[in-house]
Amino acid sequence: MDAALTTPAVTRAPATGRRRALTGAALALAVIALLALGAVLPKWLQFLVTMAASHGLVSLGIVLMMRGGVVSFGQGLVFAAGAYAAALAYTRLGITDALGLAAIGAAAATLVAAPFAPLLARYRGIFFAMLTLALSMVAYGVLVKTEALGGSDGFNMGRATIFGTRIDDAWVGWVLYAVTIGVSALLALLARFAFDSTRGLVTLATRDNELRVEYLGGSVRRTMAYNFLLAAAAGGAGGALTVMALGHVDPNFSYWTTSGEFVFVAILAGWQSVLAVFVASTVLEIVRSFSNLYFPNTWQLALGLFLLFVIRFLPRGIGSLWIERSGTRRGAGRR
Amino acid sequence: MSLALTIAVDGLTYASWLFIVALGLTLVFGVLKILNVAHGSFYALGAYAAASLVAWAAALKLAPAWSIVALLLAAVVVAAIVAPLVERGLLRFFYGRDEVLLVLVTYALFLVLEDVTKLVWGTSPYYVSAPYALFGNVEVGTQVWVGYDFLLVAVAIVVGLLVWWGLNRTRQGKIVLAVIHSAEVAASMGVNVSRVYMLAFSVGIFLAALGGAFTAPMISVVPGVSVGVIVVSFAVVIIGGLGSIGGAAIGALIVGLARSLAVHLAPVAELFSIYIVMAAVLVVRPEGLFQQTQARKI
Repeated sequence: MDAALTTPAVTRAPATGRRRALTGAALALAVIALLALGAVLPKWLQFLVTMAASHGLVSLGIVLMMRGGVVSFGQGLVFAAGAYAAALAYTRLGITDALGLAAIGAAAATLVAAPFAPLLARYRGIFFAMLTLALSMVAYGVLVKTEALGGSDGFNMGRATIFGTRIDDAWVGWVLYAVTIGVSALLALLARFAFDSTRGLVTLATRDNELRVEYLGGSVRRTMAYNFLLAAAAGGAGGALTVMALGHVDPNFSYWTTSGEFVFVAILAGWQSVLAVFVASTVLEIVRSFSNLYFPNTWQLALGLFLLFVIRFLPRGIGSLWIERSGTRRGAGRR
Repeated sequence: MSLALTIAVDGLTYASWLFIVALGLTLVFGVLKILNVAHGSFYALGAYAAASLVAWAAALKLAPAWSIVALLLAAVVVAAIVAPLVERGLLRFFYGRDEVLLVLVTYALFLVLEDVTKLVWGTSPYYVSAPYALFGNVEVGTQVWVGYDFLLVAVAIVVGLLVWWGLNRTRQGKIVLAVIHSAEVAASMGVNVSRVYMLAFSVGIFLAALGGAFTAPMISVVPGVSVGVIVVSFAVVIIGGLGSIGGAAIGALIVGLARSLAVHLAPVAELFSIYIVMAAVLVVRPEGLFQQTQARKI
């Protein structure tokens, strides 16, 4: 049915070949640099970057959906699904490998999201936002009331292993940091591929005009459902990585203010750049920890003003600082 | 039988304050096209202002009946001071932007107001008991209810009728309806659209604060009361259809009864019964019960 858009005349955004090679090289260098840097960073900063990267994965999923014009206010659902799945696999099934747990988190979140994907694909705008919000709050309610999962206190998980070996006390922070950076880099690369794929371009076209995409033979709903599942996988991996570093999981993972922070980062990042997502996530973590330290009672105030500033003066996010205005496609006439 | 009565009365009471708050939310959305996440913060402001004013009235040794006036006054103060400030100082810069982006703007406003409330009133709880004691108890058959609950139901009905009358039977209301229909055409006919926006926003905030002020005696006013209200009143307006008064009433009743049923029959489901109802309604009627389906534009 959507034959026209599965084999298009132009399969890539212009000049992606060279750009892709450059991006890949830059990413590899950045990962090596970050891993080396992680070894010398103070513990608190190492932890901050770990949190920024793992949370950034959830926001990356929101950005993926945002490219199609929908914003999920309930990514806490997949974040919690990934986190609980990883923690349960550790405590109940005895699976301790960090990479394995990340994969389990991603798979579990995708499974949780799968039944809702076709349903949510029908909704747009605030209805999509509110329905996803409702789903995450149902999950929150269920988790709070499930005594077997620790109720509102949640439960702890122990230290993960890597490639079958126990991690030494001195290195545990760095290893989890390295795993998080590695997984995030891999998923960031995959996200870039997804953005530039045919479906990624159809997603962008949907944002501009949904009906036009349908007339050209593309399936908007299928694209939306697919994006939702990809976002769920990324969010689940993010949840698993977070719980490994924190060692604790509780229902607040699925609370709407948690989801709100993920949207915050996605808006801050804008929808053009993958790198911007992680930069934005790091900015949020830095703002959060410094505000916590220096003005503990007004950090939400600072965050709110910061967000207003970004929306007012950087409407396309911080990604727009280094990505040039892309020609006439988003002309001045729009909004 | 008595259980059914209990469920019905509890549901009705819960639906009453919910209706007052949700009516404000749906009005603001209808006119300004903003789904106001900060609505719950205005609810909290109303509750805090009520706590302060009632305490003040007591300090002045006024008769306890004045505490009801203090509740009303609290809502007026919040609407008259905070609403124009927020609308003129913040929201008007974002009119016409994407609806989802506006949700984010009000989310930021919510974060700001949360901390401002804490800065002004601190983090310790406030109790407003004077108005609650005023109405005594009401006996129906073998059961006893607090009279104040029924006052709340009456307030909700009066507020609903007033808003309906104001919108449909007055000149100013017709102007508001014209702006809802098309702000551009209304402006070209000589309507001062930004004044209508400010008015509608202030009325919406007044309703949120009124809901907060009148529930303040039933709860302890603590930081965080706003959070719960937001999501629940979202559910109400989504169920009823955004921008519809009748929808808000039906939505509030549905949510009130669903919650009351859950509380009495299946306490486990209390936290999420509301969202399940909302999801169920959205699956069947994606635009809410009272919203007309809109044609897609090419």
